[in-house]
Amino acid sequence: MPDYMLDVNGKRHFVEEVEEETPLLWVLRDALGLVGTKYGCGIAACGACTMHIDGIAARSCSFPVSAVGDQKIMTIEGLAAEGGALHPLQKAWIEKDVAQCGYCQAGQIMSAAALLAENPDPSDEEIDNALEGNYCRCGTYNRIRAAVRVAANTYNKRGGIE
Amino acid sequence: MKEIASTPKASVFEEILDEIDPIIAHGISENSSAMISPDINRRSFLKLWGAGGLGLLLVFNLSEASKAARSNTLSELNAYIRISIDGKVAIYSKNPEVGQGIKTSLPMIIAEELDADWRDVVVEQSPIDESIFGRQNAGGSRSVATNYDALRYAGAAARYMLRAAAAKIWNVPLGECSTELGHVIHAKTGRRIPYGQLGDKAATIPVPEKNKIRLKKRKNFKLLGKRITGVDNYALVTGQPLFGIDQTLPDMLYAVYEKCPAIGGCVKNANYDEVLKLPDVKHVFPLEGNGHPLELSNGVAIVATSTWAAFRAKEKLKVEWDESDASKDDWFELIEQARLLKAQPAQHTLYQTGAVEEAVSDTAKSIQAFYTHHFIAHATLEPQNCTAWYRNDRVEVWAPTQSPGRAVNNIAHTVGLDASKVVVNQTRAGGGFGRRLVNDSVCEAAAISKYINAPVKLQWSREDDMMHDFYRVGGFHAVKGSVDPDGRVTRWGDHLITFSEDGEKSVIAGVPRRPKEEFPASFIENFQLTQSLIPLKTRCGLWRAPNSNTHAWVVQSFLHELSTTAGVDHLEFLLEMIGTAERRGAQNANSLNAERAVDVIQMAALKAGWGRTLPKGRGLGLAFHFSHGGYFAEVAEVSVSETKDVKVHHVTVVGDVGPIINLSGAENQCQGSVIDGLSAMFEQEITMKQGRVEQKNFDTYSLLRISQAPSVDVHFIQSDNPPTGAGEPALTPLAPAVCNAIYSASGHRVRTLPLVKEGFNVI
Repeated sequence: MPDYMLDVNGKRHFVEEVEEETPLLWVLRDALGLVGTKYGCGIAACGACTMHIDGIAARSCSFPVSAVGDQKIMTIEGLAAEGGALHPLQKAWIEKDVAQCGYCQAGQIMSAAALLAENPDPSDEEIDNALEGNYCRCGTYNRIRAAVRVAANTYNKRGGIE
Repeated sequence: MKEIASTPKASVFEEILDEIDPIIAHGISENSSAMISPDINRRSFLKLWGAGGLGLLLVFNLSEASKAARSNTLSELNAYIRISIDGKVAIYSKNPEVGQGIKTSLPMIIAEELDADWRDVVVEQSPIDESIFGRQNAGGSRSVATNYDALRYAGAAARYMLRAAAAKIWNVPLGECSTELGHVIHAKTGRRIPYGQLGDKAATIPVPEKNKIRLKKRKNFKLLGKRITGVDNYALVTGQPLFGIDQTLPDMLYAVYEKCPAIGGCVKNANYDEVLKLPDVKHVFPLEGNGHPLELSNGVAIVATSTWAAFRAKEKLKVEWDESDASKDDWFELIEQARLLKAQPAQHTLYQTGAVEEAVSDTAKSIQAFYTHHFIAHATLEPQNCTAWYRNDRVEVWAPTQSPGRAVNNIAHTVGLDASKVVVNQTRAGGGFGRRLVNDSVCEAAAISKYINAPVKLQWSREDDMMHDFYRVGGFHAVKGSVDPDGRVTRWGDHLITFSEDGEKSVIAGVPRRPKEEFPASFIENFQLTQSLIPLKTRCGLWRAPNSNTHAWVVQSFLHELSTTAGVDHLEFLLEMIGTAERRGAQNANSLNAERAVDVIQMAALKAGWGRTLPKGRGLGLAFHFSHGGYFAEVAEVSVSETKDVKVHHVTVVGDVGPIINLSGAENQCQGSVIDGLSAMFEQEITMKQGRVEQKNFDTYSLLRISQAPSVDVHFIQSDNPPTGAGEPALTPLAPAVCNAIYSASGHRVRTLPLVKEGFNVI
């Protein structure tokens, strides 16, 4: 089985002897101990495993480790700035008290972060479109929309943060 | 026809139902209207000590007082407060956090009466030990109701002792010492001492008798009723390990467990050797079930060095099942049986008053209808899992369970140890909804760890989770009713066709637990609820607002059929029905108080603009339900296109659950209940064929997505009634409110759920 060098949250990680088709999700969780990215369905239907690959939101449960190559991976653990300053979305999620069980929220935030990086002032419809692939079983969608709007305002005032 | 006074014990599940029963939750007997307040006195404090340098440590044990007032099966409570010298107030939250917000709201109650500064409060999840902490579970929307009084007294007693300590230090009368935000204050001299500096002294103060403790008046609350954000929010948005699935142990292995897709099937043989040869696979072995359906069922375990290796190996596993005793259930055959049964006399009467058959007057109009609702799964977003470590004849587990207290006994029973050798650590759970009241995955993990003598994390796949659930039972109602021209319902008959494991008793949550208390039984002069049973092997369980979540749909939909038949506005019709009944106070926690019901209905109508003119194809629907001690009225605004696309634009929720503990949390629960209710009525359906559940993942069993979610506004009528839970009752009126709105918008009466069965598409 091959070895891989992965760039995750700005750090290089050497992962030994992993089957090529192993979903990135399980490499992150079991091999690297980055458990913020969640398992929900394994078929890219629920979005709990959402992380970024070169800034694009993708479902790690259906992304084979062999397809990563040199692309940069960012998970929820890497979203805050170095030194720990939270991303406007993370702050908005706390302030708006979005979570109930919280299991889906890392995936929701990662989808929203990819949206704001591309479109800092999304309409409600654009928010819905960007988060359409993320289930919230507890039904916090009203607050998710509100938190993305709050974060977008902060984001714009700061002229983008990335 | 056989008369049965009440539903007999249905199954082992009944034990769980008792644990989460709202009546028990209130500690209220059937004949008493009084709340039983847990009595705090000197004797009831188990331990009290001041540890030098560690500040004040209080362990409250209220179990003796509780036992005096209640039977041994009723809830007990302990609260645990630690004030350290740096002023931090550590408060244990004793119950599992599954998304209902209890880890924030229970400590708020203590902090309020303690007059702590919430910014100083650190919440810790308590150990699982019911001998110290009393009942530890999450179910029945009962955590606030059962703990409210006792936690208030706990906080107030600690505050008294801190004041007394300061009074001694200052040598002033106790009455001159007040408190504010973590300080004791002597107003006359302007002196203040932070709680952290009073710990040692306070620990020498005798614990006050209950009659010395004065609780705050609600108008003086500083914390309760406010919007307080969840104590785990930071950890959640930064991806820290909180959940069961996130647990790891040194040298931990990863397991999966394959059970027969048809319930009750047993392992005959499997390709053990072939699977054992696969990469990273360490063990493959069968386990015998322990005969307890809520614990360990027969199956094959695979243990590997990673989750993915175990998942891959499971795909290659081929088991030959002995299905001679397994389920052969077929949903479409069950529907046919129900259609035959509805034409026959019912098998049992659950409740009857008046004479349903003779009660039709000359002027009344009579209608009948047949309602069908579906089986659904819990589909918690975190699939079932558990981490277990069996060593030296002891076992420790880390479990995302709703019933950690009972898990101790389940595990002990499964692995053959005394309960004293079992340690359960509670993790946050990625959703509960009733699924995690059953500890099957916990028992499997313990049994696998025992077999391999190593630490292991058992992970169910989504497919395992969906195919091996304890489902919300489907069912059928043949309903008939009569209404006079004034909109007065003169008779109501409901022949409920449900299922039975043993042919004698309904499956869990198949029928109302207290038919007489179920709306509208006591509001109609001639009323009858009967049941017939169809044999079933598919496992049923408790799903958010058990039974109420379907019963409310039938009742509130058929009431709308009656008001429409009479040509009476539905708001007027409901108010007439409830308001003209004797306006009695609630006899117990499960007995509807007409005044509170009328208040929520009127406010919902007001907030939603009931009666306003809407464009063609758009309508409002109103429904009310009372469950778990909570009163909820909801108005849905819905449009229906000519191609039967349904858009739920907005839902107005008005609830009365007594005083609100955490406004943010309570509002979130109600919004979530609406989304969950809509999700459950739209497309989700579990069907069985040859005993096998046909839906395996979210490609065939979908949850509501964000674009389909209506905006939801929530309003509370905060009364001085004892507080009750907000996690379940707001779900119940949603389905009928939406169906009544669909009727108003399109003239189509929905009598089968999910909506896709009647050709609707929710957009």
